[in-house]
Amino acid sequence: MEHTVPTDNQLIEEIRQGRTGALDELVSRYETKVYNLAYRMLGNKEDAEDVLQDTFLNVVRSLSGFKSKSSFSTWLYRVATNAALTRLRQKSRREKSEEEFLDEVYSVKDMSHSETPMVDWSDGPVKHLLDDEARRTMSAAIDELPEIYRAVFVLRDVQGLPASEVAEVLNLTVPAVKSRLHRARLYLRNKLSDYFVAEELI
Amino acid sequence: MNCRDLLEGLSDYLDKDLADKTCREIEEHLKDCHNCRVVVNTLRRTVTLYRELPREELPGDVQVRLHKIIQLDE
Repeated sequence: MEHTVPTDNQLIEEIRQGRTGALDELVSRYETKVYNLAYRMLGNKEDAEDVLQDTFLNVVRSLSGFKSKSSFSTWLYRVATNAALTRLRQKSRREKSEEEFLDEVYSVKDMSHSETPMVDWSDGPVKHLLDDEARRTMSAAIDELPEIYRAVFVLRDVQGLPASEVAEVLNLTVPAVKSRLHRARLYLRNKLSDYFVAEELI
Repeated sequence: MNCRDLLEGLSDYLDKDLADKTCREIEEHLKDCHNCRVVVNTLRRTVTLYRELPREELPGDVQVRLHKIIQLDE
């Protein structure tokens, strides 16, 4: 007999019917994705594990209310993102105000208008762009993003979800997702430029 | 198109989410504007650097604890 891989909705039905192993199978399918989402949202492994556990405990408890009309993965991303945002809010951190953030985002406008030619680090040596210190700088820059920009950026550019799915996960319109994504990208570009240019690595 | 208009549309440009006419206007502007070219190149590179970040492996002990907890809760 041909063995076919069950769909998410089939697994959910089997969990409801009490088939041993079905829940483990469903969790295994998504655990690494959820862990990575949490790790990029929170920036450390301890918090990522807490968010991972909270997410799947919530999923198990709410599975009876899940309507198979919607996509399980979108619903799961919503539960995971909410768990990550809750964890983020529990931490004693000072989030940049919207005004402060946007000032930094658009500082590039002044630069691009200036007479001084900007430095292009985009085709710098890969060994500098991809080394451990550059990666730490990239992670630290995500940690500076205000939470709603961070959620949009991580879902879209790190997890690779389409803009329409990010909109569904975060209950935003697609234009709102695109506008926040653009600002997050500009902010991160500024941070990476500061690093690559100041370090004279390029 | 000026530098300010160009900056607002850059992510849509990089994501190939703009009308052909607007793309042509952007490309026309880029020919003569060094700083905007730098912003486009470095923004594109920023996005690819983040997209290429290696995925974290799920540590074995974290996975064991997760499956234990959900079984207890089920």
